[in-house]
Amino acid sequence: MVASKLTAATQLTAAPAIDDVTMPPAAKRPRKEKRESLWKDVWAGISSNKASLVSLIFIALLALIALVTYFFPQILPYDPTTQNLSEAIQAPSMKHWCGTDQQGRDIFSRILTGTQISLTVGFLAVAISLVIGVLLGSIAGYRGGTTDIIIMRVMDMMLAIPSILLAIAIMAALGKGVEKAVIAIGLVAIPEYARIVRSEILSIKENDYVAAARIVGDSSFQIIVRHILPNVLPSIIVRATLGISIAILDVAALGFLGLGVQPPLAEWGDMLGRGRADIFRAPWLMTFPGLAIMLTVLAFNLLGNGIRDGLDPKTRKR
Amino acid sequence: MIKYILKRILMVIPVLLGVSIIIFLITRVLAPDPAPVVLGEHATNETMAAWRTEHGLSDPIWLQYVHFIGNAIQGDLGTSYYSHQPVTNEIAARFPATAELAICAIIVAALMGIALGVVAAVRKNKPADHVSMIIALIGVSMPIFWSGILLIILFSGILHILPSNGRVLPMLGPSGGTGFFIIDTIASGNMKALGDVLKHLLLPTLALSLYSMAIITRMTRSSMLDTLSADYTRTARAKGLKERVVNLKHALRNAMLPVSTVIGLQFGSLLGGALLTETVFSWPGIGKYAVDSVLKSDFPVVMGVVLLVAVVFVLMNLIVDIIYAYLDPRIKYGKPEEG
Repeated sequence: MVASKLTAATQLTAAPAIDDVTMPPAAKRPRKEKRESLWKDVWAGISSNKASLVSLIFIALLALIALVTYFFPQILPYDPTTQNLSEAIQAPSMKHWCGTDQQGRDIFSRILTGTQISLTVGFLAVAISLVIGVLLGSIAGYRGGTTDIIIMRVMDMMLAIPSILLAIAIMAALGKGVEKAVIAIGLVAIPEYARIVRSEILSIKENDYVAAARIVGDSSFQIIVRHILPNVLPSIIVRATLGISIAILDVAALGFLGLGVQPPLAEWGDMLGRGRADIFRAPWLMTFPGLAIMLTVLAFNLLGNGIRDGLDPKTRKR
Repeated sequence: MIKYILKRILMVIPVLLGVSIIIFLITRVLAPDPAPVVLGEHATNETMAAWRTEHGLSDPIWLQYVHFIGNAIQGDLGTSYYSHQPVTNEIAARFPATAELAICAIIVAALMGIALGVVAAVRKNKPADHVSMIIALIGVSMPIFWSGILLIILFSGILHILPSNGRVLPMLGPSGGTGFFIIDTIASGNMKALGDVLKHLLLPTLALSLYSMAIITRMTRSSMLDTLSADYTRTARAKGLKERVVNLKHALRNAMLPVSTVIGLQFGSLLGGALLTETVFSWPGIGKYAVDSVLKSDFPVVMGVVLLVAVVFVLMNLIVDIIYAYLDPRIKYGKPEEG
């Protein structure tokens, strides 16, 4: 959401130069070893930070819930979509842990089912922005010149529109629905990745090992994929983890505005939006789905912090 | 310096043109035909065709864009499909509400964010630091609309002390004036109305500022940690200056440069957040207007609001850049600032 703008902003001033960690002149080192050390660093970052470790477990649990409720919905205490008007708007009780909504559906079951959409959208949207953003950023950074100027100007233009506003406009054009939300949220985050990758590439491509690869006769594509992208990976991993939390907030915002999923699907933001009419009569309609969003986003943020600490020794010092 | 400013101003023009093209493509090319939505399902093909011609939608797309941008430069953003009023007027009527909210929110966010950040940095790894960082973490993790809802549930629903929607009680509402109700009520000396305006502002301001406050807190803390460990701070301390003076005069002042950048950029982002906050609090600003217009395919309004927000955002960036160049002379000589 709004977050996307800030990353651009903070980059200006506080972008931790990950260069120091990622720039061993290791072109000739076997690639596998390098990959392993990267993931080892990631793991070291997560495991040395309790909050980050707990978050990882929490996220794994959410993923498990999403899978189980998808494949074995009978495990849920109530069907999340069946209406039961005789039990409408009931306060939380032993029978309905989080109460029921206006249609008498069990909110706890709906929240559990809601993990499916939030996680799927989070991961898929980030995948879209990651692939396109990395591609554009690589081309811009590697080719330079006019190509660079054109690509980065378009990115600047996209950044000049608040991402949630842009996402809403795209949704208005594409129509409602989860898959459209994925596209809208994925598209608006592209500039972030493009900028990160481009700036990293600008510093990496001056290295001797890139020149060496060129002399050996590697094509531009080979150089980007083999020598440059692995070095950009750390900053992308950190950004993507935080990107998932932003995507989850965005899909909730779209759902809240009534642009997300189609009923009767359970989505946290949509549940919040529908609860608004009864905000004073039945606050639980809004408390629990909101809590679910916040905890999930919090978990991805904490996980991202841990990973960043593992990959950037500068922050480890703090 | 003047050359630098001129260069930056010139760079704004292509960005705004690009924004207009992006949003034009989305609303005119990608989006489905608005005619059936606006005229209703029962409209005949003839009525719809006539309506399209009336709104210039049957022209070739490039001609539509030329018309749009030509008029936009003269301040004409077309007319709303529904109210038939000029979009410029519709937006002008609502913009003060959004601006007032956003300005209050950024002030609150900056004051609280800097205070929390300073405390966190000075008391690094002590309880005060942890508390500040937890607040900041919650701030970036809370959906902006949910924090608004929780505030409404608490202060309007349970405690009954603050209103949950609108800008002012209808009977107290100032008429005419600037549209900035704080200014208008002070100008007319109506203190009762001013009190009511402030009461209405409080919850939306808090809800909207939370996210930016968290960002500013983090930035202040990390920036302060850098300056606190800088040589000049050590020198100041070695001279025997009081801890307070060292912290505020030497460390904070030098830490403010990146912090002020973030504050400037956050202001632009607040306008995006305002979209959600305004919807939650039924705040009659451009954010709620934009959302409503999107939902009913009132595309001229959508384009107008997006353009306006982009202009504000780009101008804020410009101002930040210029202030930055003024404060840090390295920039205008072409050396990029590095962390």
